[in-house]
Amino acid sequence: MTTIAMGEMEQLRKEADNLKDQITAARKAMQDTTLQEAAASINVVGRVQLKTRKTLRGHLAKIYAMHWSTDSKLCVSASQDGKLIVWDSITTNKVNAIPLKSSWVMTCAYAPSGNLVACGGLDNMCSIYNLKGKDGNVKVMRELAAHTGYLSCCRFLSDSEIITSSGDCTCVLWDIETGTQKTIFAGHQGDCMSLAVSPDFKFFISGACDFTAKLWDIREGTCRQTFGGHESDINAIGFFPNGNAVITGSDDASCKLYDLRADQELITYQDSSIMCGVTSLAPSLSGRLLLAGYDDFNVNIWDTLKAERVGVLAGHDNRVSCIGVSSDGMACCTGSWDSFLKIWN
Amino acid sequence: MSNNNASNNLIIAQRAVKQLRLEASVRRIKVSQAADDLKNFCLQNATRDPLLMGIPSSDNPFRPPKSCSLF
Repeated sequence: MTTIAMGEMEQLRKEADNLKDQITAARKAMQDTTLQEAAASINVVGRVQLKTRKTLRGHLAKIYAMHWSTDSKLCVSASQDGKLIVWDSITTNKVNAIPLKSSWVMTCAYAPSGNLVACGGLDNMCSIYNLKGKDGNVKVMRELAAHTGYLSCCRFLSDSEIITSSGDCTCVLWDIETGTQKTIFAGHQGDCMSLAVSPDFKFFISGACDFTAKLWDIREGTCRQTFGGHESDINAIGFFPNGNAVITGSDDASCKLYDLRADQELITYQDSSIMCGVTSLAPSLSGRLLLAGYDDFNVNIWDTLKAERVGVLAGHDNRVSCIGVSSDGMACCTGSWDSFLKIWN
Repeated sequence: MSNNNASNNLIIAQRAVKQLRLEASVRRIKVSQAADDLKNFCLQNATRDPLLMGIPSSDNPFRPPKSCSLF
């Protein structure tokens, strides 16, 4: 390396460090209080006791992902038995049982329209299935291939666009029609594990194995903000229902809430008795409750404003791998390595 | 080749600085305002949150209502 280049590298390193210090200081300057203090006058939510209302039986192996349809009735689940199952959660009937080319599935998603579902995993691809095909058969509509690592998560923006996160450290916005990448979101320094789309569909957030969460502007293709603080991989991420905050779940056994407008962490959900990783999370409709799935087979329910545990869902015989609250807030669905899905309320 | 590596590292470092500049320039609000807005959203929507309020069995689609009607 030339002396000139070395000098420039040193300059850039110094500038990067300066900017990081600037960001830390700017965030600190906004800390006129804490969320704990602001919520001091509010009482903790009373004990939340949800019961299993339905058990969805049918998968023959570990369930890795589930996603509610926007109708709050149907949901899709993905299992390493090589099947995607669309369930009617009220009757427990299987509406569709879709055999997959690759059984190493890690994620699934339901399109807002209800017309399509998607899945992907160790095949590095995102496969799109049309549920409303003319002859009634569910077929692969598109195979989105370009990631050089596993597909960890996917979420539809519409029937024509989907966002994926990958073990190759990038997220991608795809044009489903043409099967091409519209935008590549690069910046994470570790496997991207999870993503969530903002309620207004303008942004998405990603959680990665570099211990950070990033907020991305979908149309600009840029990373707006980066949130650190976790001490291990972020496995789960979700938006607070008003779209102004982000909740993450990590292998460090904690969940954190970051406010987007204050650009910083406001509170951590952790307990010394919890020593295992968070696998999944979902807020309730008002955002007051945070339901988080853990490696110890339980779901803990947190009061998001008071950071106190207010309930536990114990019912699975193995790790809770996925969780989702329906759009109308009426039910929570958990999926587990024990091969069952449970509906709670 | 060491020259290519060097220029790659330079480009990566330049991109990192550019990204940090972007993130440093974000407009921030006070934590008090952020906390109040979160608090208010929770409180205002509390009664509409079924998992928080509990659901009477007659309104719970996942629970068939108990009835003793004879047809």
